[in-house]
Amino acid sequence: MKSDLSLNPLPSAPPEIGRGEFILNVDGLVTRLNNGARIVDDISFSIKQGETFALLGESGCGKSMTALSLMRLLPDGIRIASGDIKLDEEDILALPEYAMRKVRGGQMAMIFQEPGLSLNPVMTVGDQIAEALKLHQKLRGDEIRPRCVELLEQVGISDAFRRANEYPFQLSGGMKQRVMIAMALAGQPKLLIADEPTTALDVTIQAQVLKLLRDTQQKTGMALLLITHDLGVVAQMAHQVGVMYAGQIIEQAPREQLFARPAHPYTQKLFAALPDAGRSGQPLAAIPGNVPPLGASLAACRFAPRCDKAWALCHDQVPEWTQLENGQGVRCHLYTSQIGSDKLNLNVPLSPGSSTASGEVAGEEGSDSSLLQVENLQVHFPIHKGILKRTVGHVKAVDGVSMNIPAGRTLALVGESGCGKTTVGKALLQLITPTAGSVRFAGHELIGISARQLRKQRAGMQMIFQDPYASLNPKMRVAEILQEGMDALSIANNSDERQRRIDELLEQVGLEKASKWRYPHEFSGGQRQRIAIARVLAVNPNLLICDEPTSALDVSVQAQILNLLKSLQQQLGLSYLFISHNLAVVEYLAHEVYVMYLGRIVERGTVKEVLHAPKHPYTQALLSAVPRIDGQGMKTVRLAGETPSPSNPPQGCHFHTRCAHAMAECHKEYPGETIITATHRVHCYLAAE
Amino acid sequence: MKQAAHVSIPFYAQNERFSVLNVGVSNMPVILWTDAMIFLLLATILAAALWIRKRPHLVLPWHRVAKGSVGMVSLLLLSLFVLVGLLDTMHYRAALPEKSNGQTVYSAEVLSVFDALAKGIKSRSEKTYSAPLAAYLYAKESMETPDGKILRDYPRLRYGGVHLADPQRELLGDVLKRTVIGALEGLIIGVLLIAVSNMLFHFFIKLRTGRLSTVPEISKDNWIFTFTRAMKNRPFRALLITALLIAMLFGMTINLAAVYHVLGTDKVGQDVLYLALKSIRTGLVIGTVTTLVMLPFALLLGIAAGYLRGWVDDVIQYLYTVLSSIPSVLLIAAAVLMMQVYIEMHPEWFETSAARADLRLLFLCLILGVTSWTGLCRLLRGETLKLRELEYIQAAQAFGVSTSRILTRHIVPNVMHIVLIAVVMDFSSLVLAEAVLSYVGVGVDPSTMSFGTLINSARLEMGREPMVWWTLAAAFGFMLVLVLAANLFADAVRDAFDPRLNRTEAVA
Ligand SMILES: Nc1ncnc2c1ncn2[C@@H]1O[C@H](COP(=O)(O)OP(=O)(O)O)[C@@H](O)[C@H]1O
Ligand code: SF4
Ligand code: SF4
Ligand SMILES: [Mg+2]
Repeated sequence: MKSDLSLNPLPSAPPEIGRGEFILNVDGLVTRLNNGARIVDDISFSIKQGETFALLGESGCGKSMTALSLMRLLPDGIRIASGDIKLDEEDILALPEYAMRKVRGGQMAMIFQEPGLSLNPVMTVGDQIAEALKLHQKLRGDEIRPRCVELLEQVGISDAFRRANEYPFQLSGGMKQRVMIAMALAGQPKLLIADEPTTALDVTIQAQVLKLLRDTQQKTGMALLLITHDLGVVAQMAHQVGVMYAGQIIEQAPREQLFARPAHPYTQKLFAALPDAGRSGQPLAAIPGNVPPLGASLAACRFAPRCDKAWALCHDQVPEWTQLENGQGVRCHLYTSQIGSDKLNLNVPLSPGSSTASGEVAGEEGSDSSLLQVENLQVHFPIHKGILKRTVGHVKAVDGVSMNIPAGRTLALVGESGCGKTTVGKALLQLITPTAGSVRFAGHELIGISARQLRKQRAGMQMIFQDPYASLNPKMRVAEILQEGMDALSIANNSDERQRRIDELLEQVGLEKASKWRYPHEFSGGQRQRIAIARVLAVNPNLLICDEPTSALDVSVQAQILNLLKSLQQQLGLSYLFISHNLAVVEYLAHEVYVMYLGRIVERGTVKEVLHAPKHPYTQALLSAVPRIDGQGMKTVRLAGETPSPSNPPQGCHFHTRCAHAMAECHKEYPGETIITATHRVHCYLAAE
Repeated sequence: MKQAAHVSIPFYAQNERFSVLNVGVSNMPVILWTDAMIFLLLATILAAALWIRKRPHLVLPWHRVAKGSVGMVSLLLLSLFVLVGLLDTMHYRAALPEKSNGQTVYSAEVLSVFDALAKGIKSRSEKTYSAPLAAYLYAKESMETPDGKILRDYPRLRYGGVHLADPQRELLGDVLKRTVIGALEGLIIGVLLIAVSNMLFHFFIKLRTGRLSTVPEISKDNWIFTFTRAMKNRPFRALLITALLIAMLFGMTINLAAVYHVLGTDKVGQDVLYLALKSIRTGLVIGTVTTLVMLPFALLLGIAAGYLRGWVDDVIQYLYTVLSSIPSVLLIAAAVLMMQVYIEMHPEWFETSAARADLRLLFLCLILGVTSWTGLCRLLRGETLKLRELEYIQAAQAFGVSTSRILTRHIVPNVMHIVLIAVVMDFSSLVLAEAVLSYVGVGVDPSTMSFGTLINSARLEMGREPMVWWTLAAAFGFMLVLVLAANLFADAVRDAFDPRLNRTEAVA
């Protein structure tokens, strides 16, 4: 996000529909833990009919608790302490529980992040919707079925009549979320609360679900409270935006204004922390530190410890809510005091200016000193059936992948979930035995060698995992975690040397030395990921396989980790195989991109070639599905349907079932490689013409 | 025995008091198989406690246990049982007065420290049944009166209530008096003990804070202050009350047991209180040694199956599915009967009958262990299956860490909570299993006192007219308290380890 963005119109603006009266009024809502800590602290906002209000914030800042307070569905041990919630002039907090049950799902409905967990696994989809209908619509026996089917059709489920008789496990993630939306719509709610409705979904599916929400809103005129951490989603969906931090709304504005001129230092930083290609030369403007813990001191601005504009006043007075002239509201001393406005006039640039090519690492074309060469890698998992566990087929998770990673470079592997990215990473490390192919690392073939020979090569190639909460043993202290690899690979022989190395590593990844005697549960997600990085650095690897290393982290922390990875590459000359589904991160970090679909590489090339001039229809669809905050999307290529199962890929081009350009020959045979430039190759008949 | 001063004690009782003092002077310690197992277990627990102390994440749940009053009270009761069991585990053979060519000769009877302490009630056996706190036998006998007539009546007991001239009139008063005096004495001793330990504790704290900080601010508070501060703590208060109640009960029992059979006597006139107390050790051995036997099986096989998968998993799964589908009573019966025959064919193996009975007890533990590992094994296999997919295991694999090291460093510590909970929960069911097996006749050796043998003998007594109810009641009461305490403690432990019940933060 650049500071001059206000000049650009927002092309993909959400539809302007007739927005009417205020439906929901929240005033001074405070929700507390039983021990007094405020989880939601004095929140006020209103939503008009037909309007989308987005609550934006990092994890743990109280977005979901705000939503659950509105529904009065707070978990045990948490309660609403004060405030006023009015839905259509009705005082929600004054209603008795039985009346509240009518409101929930009737006037106000909610959908959750994990569609799989919100559906009852032992009831058919139709029955679950019927239940909602009976409760809120007073429909009778034979009217219910047709209405169910109608609702399912409305949320874009094809063959709705058959689907109504299916169980949740027979549906994919995207379809489950559609069913959830259908259930929410059953009561014809005036307000729909959507708590991270697309976070668990792939970008292409996310685009479908977001479009569905927009269309539904247009048709029914309901208000939508959209909770998200993704600025891209906000850019596509919201009319009004409230930015939350540590339990408070710290800035509120219409979307256009917020994106054009974010007022609060935190919001400004959030924009600056977003990675994109324009900045690939320089470090991201990461926000130092972490989100404060619950119930932190109330006598200061909550952002003060991380704010680079903070001064004395910020540390001993809570900033009041200030309404700016243009209707934007903000909670920051910069806008209330004299010193503040002086500081503002200094006009600190919001982000480190527009990029120059100077930061680009030299040698776009890739150097020839190849570190890792992969030839026709295949991983097939057998499918067992019956009591005798006979093999009845194979999941071709990876089906002939070749790649080449030069020293000191980053190769990104992108694709939807389940396309085999993680499997490639693990097969390279020999954590999964490949079915066929060749992996040559630093000149040594890894496939088929003995365990002892393999161990010699282990130090060279290491992996950073996606979930920092699952990748550290909770029963081991940091020092022991770091030492494990050194012990196994006999690095640093005496214990003094080892301790020195551990201190050095912790410093390298930006942690205090004292943290080595602590247990993982005492660290935040970002800090844990730093420990995981230190653990692999301990054995001096040349190649790191990073499997979605930031997808479980908040935007501001993601920037810290990306900066760390980048600076480590510069210092140590590391190569990365960067597995991700986040194209913005890839654009920022990678030199080359490989696009994977159903176990095969469908397009490869440099970042510029693949992300700015994609040739394969799948790459184009992926790119256009990513919600961009600047709205500069390419022409929209909507991707229908979902990824077919890798156990039974379609005949011919794997993509033809979803491809808008599919031709007769696409059904017959898998397209061969078409060379576009020396580095850019595509498997598609379109490009071959 | 407090009453010694003002009650005329027959000479033999006085002799016994001396022999109690003789214990351990010139006796030969005997370590039976189960003793060795118990000592091993104790050492393991001690080592585990020391190991846990250094790991804050493991200490935390135990702190939670210490904060619950139910858990602490049941722990106090359990530890009393354990104390009796441990005293009864230290075995020896007494030296006989006569010597054969200069060598000390030891009696063939294996005694324990507990036997020595309880010698009073152990040796005072009557002719046959007598009711609790009775002065007469429970059956009529023909007696010759001084004037030569044959009279059929309830004879006086040999030991129970002999100090009474006319039990008909004096018994009730004497019992009440002894009860009250005993309770008071118990109370006083209890209070004294608590005061002393509080003072020691206070002294200890002062010593520690004194060493840590040079500021002598602590000087103004005294030990009473330490006490009142401790009293504000709910579990501590509950513990205190329980301890005082138990002290009173002890005082009463000791006072009455000096001259009566508190829980009556059995068919051959043995004191039932003594039998019940002796049964505690058997119950504890079954409950704990079995665990010791089963744990390696369950841990090793469960983790191996879960981590290694493949044919190892198939074999182990097959094994425990087969084992758990055979009725375990059948399996145990077959094994015990075989063992019995074997032992009887080799009487020369055993120096004493106690050694033989003990081997049978150990064997029973082994069998129970072999049949009961399947449940825990299945749990551990499932948990390991889940753990092995976690990324920290894969990270270790990527370093080339050896399988055995992954198992010991990563898997075992992360399944320990399951093991702990399963072990504590299994304890009570094993104590009950022993009772059932002995009742069926495939349990412990008939000469070993256990709750099962007590209940087994009660089978005939209940059918007798008039009914003999006290053996069953005693076994029932003791077992109820033991199993209840174990169960409550297990519940407290499980709750303390349950992350869902111990959420300290909200999921915002
Ligand atoms: N151990 C396994 N056994 C069987 N199928 C597997 C296994 N691991 C992964 N798969 C399948 O392989 C495919 C690719 O998975 P994965 O590499 O994890 O995809 P990605 O990382 O791109 O999301 C998926 O269909 C997945 O279900
Ligand atoms: S009040 Fe001060 S510390 Fe808080 S955001 Fe504004 S400038 Fe930063
Ligand atoms: S080969 Fe055909 S089906 Fe496949 S991507 Fe190209 S145009 Fe689409
Ligand atoms: Mg993955």
